Amino acid sequence: MRTIFFILQKEFLQVFRNRAMLPIIFVMPVIQLLILAFAANYEIKNIRIDIVDQDRSSWSQRLTHKILASGYFELNDAPLSVKAAYEHLAQDDADLILVIPPNFERNLVRQDKASLQLLVNAINGSKAGLANGYATNIIRSFNKDVRAEWLAMDERNGPPRIDVTYSNWFNQEMNYKYFMVPGILVVLVTMIGAFLSGMNIVKEKEVGTIEQLNVTPIRKHHFIIGKLLPFWIIALFELAFGLLLGKLIFHLPMEGNVLLIFLFAAVYLVVMLGMGLLISTFTDTQQQAMFITWFFIIIFVLMSGLFTPVESMPDWAQKITWFNPITYFVKVIRMVMLKGSGWEHIRHYFFIMCAFAVVINAIAVWNYRKTV
Amino acid sequence: MQPIIINNIDKKFGDVKALNNVSFSVEEGELFGLIGPDGAGKSTLFRILTTLLLADKGSASVMGMDVVKDYKKIRRSVGYMPGRFSLYQDLSIEENLRFFATIFNTTVEQNYDLIKDIYVQIEPFKKRPAGKLSGGMKQKLALCCALVHKPSVLFLDEPTTGVDPVSRKEFWEMLQRLREKGIAILVSTPYMDEAVLCDRVALIQKGELMDINTPEGIVRRFAQPMWAVGAGDRYRLMQDLRSYEDTASCYAFGEYLHVTLKSGGAGEDALCQYLSPHQDLTMFRTSAGIEDCFMYLMQEQNQ
Repeated sequence: MRTIFFILQKEFLQVFRNRAMLPIIFVMPVIQLLILAFAANYEIKNIRIDIVDQDRSSWSQRLTHKILASGYFELNDAPLSVKAAYEHLAQDDADLILVIPPNFERNLVRQDKASLQLLVNAINGSKAGLANGYATNIIRSFNKDVRAEWLAMDERNGPPRIDVTYSNWFNQEMNYKYFMVPGILVVLVTMIGAFLSGMNIVKEKEVGTIEQLNVTPIRKHHFIIGKLLPFWIIALFELAFGLLLGKLIFHLPMEGNVLLIFLFAAVYLVVMLGMGLLISTFTDTQQQAMFITWFFIIIFVLMSGLFTPVESMPDWAQKITWFNPITYFVKVIRMVMLKGSGWEHIRHYFFIMCAFAVVINAIAVWNYRKTV
Repeated sequence: MQPIIINNIDKKFGDVKALNNVSFSVEEGELFGLIGPDGAGKSTLFRILTTLLLADKGSASVMGMDVVKDYKKIRRSVGYMPGRFSLYQDLSIEENLRFFATIFNTTVEQNYDLIKDIYVQIEPFKKRPAGKLSGGMKQKLALCCALVHKPSVLFLDEPTTGVDPVSRKEFWEMLQRLREKGIAILVSTPYMDEAVLCDRVALIQKGELMDINTPEGIVRRFAQPMWAVGAGDRYRLMQDLRSYEDTASCYAFGEYLHVTLKSGGAGEDALCQYLSPHQDLTMFRTSAGIEDCFMYLMQEQNQ
């Protein structure tokens, strides 16, 4: 025990003497939360639209106004020919073209039917999908208004139809940041846990100090615990710091018990530190360790359900995410913070995480013994 | 009890034989030098003795403890200074020393008398990070750290490589004082001039021991008469000597060439005759140094 304490003392001395360390600990979370939470936003505004109004009737004018008044669209141009609009689409000036054909109003009145054309620039798939969705919604609503007006009825006396009203549970205003910030906190904790711990162990090998250290009474478990524990503590501190920032800046809700998050994070970090240790056992320089960790973390983060829902992944990819620790933590932190889930809801994930912790650390320690 | 006993140690790295059937032992309170060029296998032997490497064959013991079975005990009771500076560059002198004291479960104060002579020399800089010290000071600090737990055996792997001549001299004086305190020291060096400062030396090359003896003993065994030869045109002189059929060996040593003859002392006059066309010729009998012996043994081994 005493030996571990002395190693810890030395580690903290080195960590805080490292010039890059304090900025990493205090500036990185602020920047990540501020920039990512505002920038990584699914709500798309200012979609540039070209409206080709070949009808120039009062109805086509109303449709145009309705679209531009929605706030999602910004009129790029209103050319007369479809060809000119194509040009804009090709040059990436416009994201969307709405073509209102000639006789739109006449057809609508006489034949009770009219067609419109939407052309969407689908290079950015999610943007195109949203643009299409917004436009279709507005047109549908326009259609409804037309019908009501045409039949000279107010809505209550109109033809029967099903109206769906909805309410967003657990995040009523659909505030994107409530959903995103907890996930970003997970990434933050992961970076500290996996990157810094692995690099910290490899550094002893790279600088050569391990040779001196091995000819001392320090036992392997002293060394491993002494090297990893500082980052466990720092990462938990980061989580607390990040949650506090989230509360102050974004007024993040905390429906559940914050201690549950820390309990889960404590075990999650053991998994990440174990991963760092494992990587450190088959690398010799900090650079190698960093690239290998980077490779795994990028896969884990992109497949974690942080940005895209796991449910929309193909079946085989969903199976891979069962082995992705980040998936579980992202899920649990959102459940506890937004939904107020209690122990009985996250228990299942907690035990899976414990199993990960045991397996990865067992492999890491076993491999460590073989190599050093 | 002999502090270090090495029996028939073999070690291979792939196809390269790093150590080939090496055996020797170090007596109590002895300063034992392992002399050999880079790549001779010195560091490998140190790593085996400090339990960092396992030998392929043979056995070794340190303070009566087997390097394989009792590796934990050995790690507690020896001082090791690796060939590459292996202290924390971002920690100060004081912090490094305290760290190594505490992990050996002792304090700097407890064994201060042992390191005092050395520590006072670096004490004025005790707040300076180890990475910002000069080569000589780094070695002094490393020696302090290796001594702070009062080891009974000291392993120093090329402690003076990359250190200025003054610091080298000081360092060896410190080793002499440590030996007087009864600590057995195994030290390796590529510098021949340091060999004479050891009680006994082992000459090693390509993983094989060539000779083990006192420095005087090694020189004494080198019985052939030797001449130091100098001339205005040294290059031509060397070419002439090497093509001379009676020449046994010819190496450049400082301003002279050291020459031995196959015919021994009898060939002196003939050699004089042979070299007479050279301008500014000087030639005199000289006694062989340890470096000459090493060159000679090396040549013998290569043949």
